[in-house]
Amino acid sequence: MSAEDELTRLRAQNAQLQRELDRLRGSGALQQSAPDAANGAAATATPSWDGLQHGLNKEQIARYSRQIVLHSFGVQAQAKLCRGSVLIVGAGGLGSPAALYLAAAGVGRLGIVDKDSVELSNIHRQIIHREADVGVHKAVSAAQSCRALNSSIQVEVHCEGFTPANAVQLVRQYDVVVDASDNAPTRYLISDACCAVGRPLVSGAAIGTDGQLTVYCHGADGPCYRCLFPEAPAAGNCARCVDAGVLGVVPGVIGTLQALEAVKLLSGIGEPMSRRLLVIDCAAGRFHSVKLRAKSASCVSCGTSPAITAASLPSYDYAAFTGQAAANDAAPKPLQLIAREDRITPAELQQRWVAGPCCTARHWQGCVRGRASVLRYLYKLAAECPSSLPAPARLPGCRIASQPDCVVLDVRPAEQFNICHLPGALHAPFKHFDRHLDQVKGRLAAAAAAAGPATSGSSQDDPPPLYVVCRRGNDSQRAVARLRELGIRHGVDVVGGMEGWAAEVDPSFPTY
Amino acid sequence: MLEVRVLFFARSRELAGTNETTVSLEDGSSTKTLLLLLFQQYPQLEELRGNFVFSLNHEYLGTDEEQQLKAGDEVAVIPPISGG
Ligand SMILES: [Zn+2]
Repeated sequence: MSAEDELTRLRAQNAQLQRELDRLRGSGALQQSAPDAANGAAATATPSWDGLQHGLNKEQIARYSRQIVLHSFGVQAQAKLCRGSVLIVGAGGLGSPAALYLAAAGVGRLGIVDKDSVELSNIHRQIIHREADVGVHKAVSAAQSCRALNSSIQVEVHCEGFTPANAVQLVRQYDVVVDASDNAPTRYLISDACCAVGRPLVSGAAIGTDGQLTVYCHGADGPCYRCLFPEAPAAGNCARCVDAGVLGVVPGVIGTLQALEAVKLLSGIGEPMSRRLLVIDCAAGRFHSVKLRAKSASCVSCGTSPAITAASLPSYDYAAFTGQAAANDAAPKPLQLIAREDRITPAELQQRWVAGPCCTARHWQGCVRGRASVLRYLYKLAAECPSSLPAPARLPGCRIASQPDCVVLDVRPAEQFNICHLPGALHAPFKHFDRHLDQVKGRLAAAAAAAGPATSGSSQDDPPPLYVVCRRGNDSQRAVARLRELGIRHGVDVVGGMEGWAAEVDPSFPTY
Repeated sequence: MLEVRVLFFARSRELAGTNETTVSLEDGSSTKTLLLLLFQQYPQLEELRGNFVFSLNHEYLGTDEEQQLKAGDEVAVIPPISGG
């Protein structure tokens, strides 16, 4: 067992014990630090003060004093927070600040739902997790941070995720629900469960530099998510952080506002953002709010005769309704869109560069197999006789630059291409693929000319090899198919794309 | 002629290629005419049809509803986002 596995195991064990402790405290089996205990010397005597039934102890009064003395908040509002509970669905970019602020503010019981584990690429925005938490369940890691911030609150961990099977039962256990999820099916599910059980829902969303915030299912006339968006968005309109990217501060802003709304709902102060939608464009610095209608009588979830109820919800097919699975930051499923013989693996691509028919350094043929042997061979050559090497061949990754008789076409978006790409690769983003057709043709012609008649015969019969890559191997297949439609019939897809290249050929190739 | 301001948020901004534009309409034009014009001017917005919040002067307006526009009105196109 590695040290990391051990750490994960201990953390899970710790979370389990903490839950047990919370349960015992909740049932009164353990004497919690009682108000009088905190009062020091007069512990057993009748206290000399009367808090007019707010129930807060001396320590709580000290801890929350800055908001207790706030004119518009006060001790009764604080007492409501301390007695209240919030379910936070998602311990990601939105859930991080939401959970931290709610823990700090003294919400008596927090439930944190997330089935994923912390990854390094989460931490730029999911600030509740630490570097050392990579690999740990997000719900467990988030709960630990909350407890470290405020040991006097209860934090409950739900690592099984939010599903149609457990949604109603989970929502029922809390006063307020915070939607900090990252995908459309889960958003509909949370809204439906809140309608069915009658809990206010603080909904937040963020992607790129955009954010949205509102409160659903509040009071007698507050609309739900379905009232506003009865039709599920088209899949292409559902950008995910993993593809589209997100500026870390943006979910931070929205998640913080969600905590604020939850505090208002629990404490009863201020005006909740019910029937108001806040839309922010952080790039432009534009905050725009829209007054919404009351709930729709015909809404299938919160209307006068809802089709979706606590009883029917568990069997509702959210994936079918939205046309997407609830998988969020996970990689999309690898597809097989074109014939297998039109695809090669990254390892095969590497071999074709080195030993394939387009290789200009023919003396390498037969003496190299895998990457390790190529490296050894190159380093040996370089050490013995540096001048014998063609310049780009000093690094194996640069081999392609020395081979103008084949073309590598990279169809990823510019942001991804700019992170790292194979040397000499021609960039033709799939999104505007047709615009680059002339460039592709030009490069193929140049490669054919460079190869000369001796190596490739007539370029008509035997065009220069054309390899198409993307991030994971789906768009590249679509590009190969599109090339075919455009009359370029010999494109070959690289299975698994640059991630496959990193996994099979060059572990130093950055993935993201 | 009357001029109205159109704000694009989230995906609609990406599709339209701008976060704001001004549209000139004949006097007496309605929000329906404006929407028709927007979908003509930005055919890429088609992918959002049926799935965005439309607002007139910070108030929700159903895309099938009709309201008369006046000079200086501000409308917004707000598709949902689901990331987090
Ligand atoms: Zn509804």
